[in-house]
Amino acid sequence: MASSTTATALPTVPKELERIPLVNNDRTPGWISDRVAGICEGKAPMWWWAAFIPSLMLAGVLLAMLAYQISTGVGVWGNHHPTMWAWDIINFVWWIGIGHAGTLISAILFLLRQKWRTGVNRAAEAMTIFAVMCAGIYPAIHVGRVWFDWFLFPIPNSNAIWPQFRSPLMWDVFAVSTYFTVSLLFWYIGLVPDLAVMRDRAKTKIRQFLYGLFSLGWTGSNRHWSNYEKAYLILAGLSTPLVLSVHSIVSLDFAVSQLPGWHTTIFPPYFVAGAIFSGFGMVLTLLIPLRRWCHLEDLITMRHIDVMCKVTLATGSIVGYAYVMEFFIAWYSGSPNERFHFLNRALGPYWWGWVCMMGFNTLVPQVFWFKKCRENLWFVFVISILVNIGMWFERFVIIVIGLHREFIPSNWAYYLPSWVDIATFLGTFGLFFTLFLLFMRFLPMIAISEVKGVTPYADPHMPQGGAKGGHH
Amino acid sequence: MSTSAKVFGIMAEYTTPADAMHAAEKVRDAGFRRWDVFTPFPVHGMDRAMGMKNSKVGWFSFIGGVTGYTSGMLMIWFLNAIDYPIIIGGKPMFSPFAAFPPSYELTILLGAFGAIGGMLFLNRLPRLHHPLLRNKRFALATHDRYFVVIETSDPKFNEVETRKLLEAAGSRSIELVEE
Repeated sequence: MASSTTATALPTVPKELERIPLVNNDRTPGWISDRVAGICEGKAPMWWWAAFIPSLMLAGVLLAMLAYQISTGVGVWGNHHPTMWAWDIINFVWWIGIGHAGTLISAILFLLRQKWRTGVNRAAEAMTIFAVMCAGIYPAIHVGRVWFDWFLFPIPNSNAIWPQFRSPLMWDVFAVSTYFTVSLLFWYIGLVPDLAVMRDRAKTKIRQFLYGLFSLGWTGSNRHWSNYEKAYLILAGLSTPLVLSVHSIVSLDFAVSQLPGWHTTIFPPYFVAGAIFSGFGMVLTLLIPLRRWCHLEDLITMRHIDVMCKVTLATGSIVGYAYVMEFFIAWYSGSPNERFHFLNRALGPYWWGWVCMMGFNTLVPQVFWFKKCRENLWFVFVISILVNIGMWFERFVIIVIGLHREFIPSNWAYYLPSWVDIATFLGTFGLFFTLFLLFMRFLPMIAISEVKGVTPYADPHMPQGGAKGGHH
Repeated sequence: MSTSAKVFGIMAEYTTPADAMHAAEKVRDAGFRRWDVFTPFPVHGMDRAMGMKNSKVGWFSFIGGVTGYTSGMLMIWFLNAIDYPIIIGGKPMFSPFAAFPPSYELTILLGAFGAIGGMLFLNRLPRLHHPLLRNKRFALATHDRYFVVIETSDPKFNEVETRKLLEAAGSRSIELVEE
């Protein structure tokens, strides 16, 4: 190999070509362990309790609503003919869409060698898992008789009947359950080395035992790392087509039907873009306060916020393009039903839903073209919430506006949610935040070993990593 | 436990990944077999420094994926075309297009099981005990230190010579680890 002859000269990078570091203030690997693991050690801070107790109470509301709905029937919801699907499926699609950012960050950005992902991937993956849990509740309960949910799976039974796989709803069962399982495994495998960090720092017997058990006896052996990294790469490679397929298949629940506004080929890519858009909104909503409260500004830097705002802008613009293209195709198709649906979408009784969707998803994120807007954390925080309100309205527009005017005008109706619909939806936030707060209290919410790995201290070719100059 | 505890191996501590990597190159060139490097994160270039081959995890995942796809297709064909055929909207009883999405998901699911199962199998994990995990100093292997460990079971192991080799590679802290 060509090696430099002067052993002392390490190449120096001109100031203007230096990249913004991934970890600020030149933090060492030891500092990263102490700071991240420190969040899970010692007494819980007051803000944690102030967030946890209301979340737990809200999760209790969810439990009460589920008990009420299951014991009474789906009639407690506002769903009626012709709006047979309403908040149940809106919230299912909304929550599962939020999950997509976690997998995008952990899998797609891994394959694209986006090293900044290491600062946010763990929290985003946890968000994915909890969001998919909230999503999974809805299809399970919207069938009415939840005790027949096992009919969805190909389980041999005394009725000698089998599920019908030509229906996209069956595809959805497989997509969502695979998504949940693989996301959980991916998250857990990523956690194993960090659980070993927690084990080696544990002061009490019970922590030592539990972290020790779940870290599977991890030692940090390089022979293990070699297989581990290969498995991680393969999981990223498998999760990438998985995450793209999940929301595509969710969109097929609509697109395979014959309904105007649903029967569209643009749905799969447009649903995936919207899912990633809303997911990044949620990641920003969670991490902007957390980086402050947990003093993680050096690990989740302004650069992270900046790139996430840019992803939000890009996906928001893709979604905006899809909204406009749907109108164009409705006109271009010449189908009177399609034309009516889209005119009704913008000018009908639910015009306000359409305005919220267009405004929050297409126009609001455009402010992220400006650096000043990406650097103001309060501003980014507010926009990240508006994005998710907008994405909720997108599903409202598709589902409720799509259904409330059906082919026979005598069936037309105006849908309103019941109080049970609203309380159940609020309850899912309780479940989500309860799980997320428990996660950040007991598990390292930043991938410790991965962040260490992207610092210059980890690179044997950098002076911080021990390079003496020249070729080793 | 007992005073005459058996020795598992010799453990040398390094403070930078570069030092550990140079030590690994020396140990590799000396022809040791039963030895390992322990790092808080994967160090790039370490596999080559240790003379390791490409990981075989991919094969486990591949077999998992193929099993997933074929079992998905066969299952749907058997369930909907043979065992319980019902006419739905005039569609064929079995079509690879309608059967594709669930089979695709099963490919990914079993491929992921294969990758994780294969990784755990090749690493002989989970294990509840390891001699190194009892060592106080070794706890830093998950913090910010880098260790090279040569086991006594290695045919080339010789306490004095091996210690010399690790010292020459720049370790300032070398100790014996009990079984």
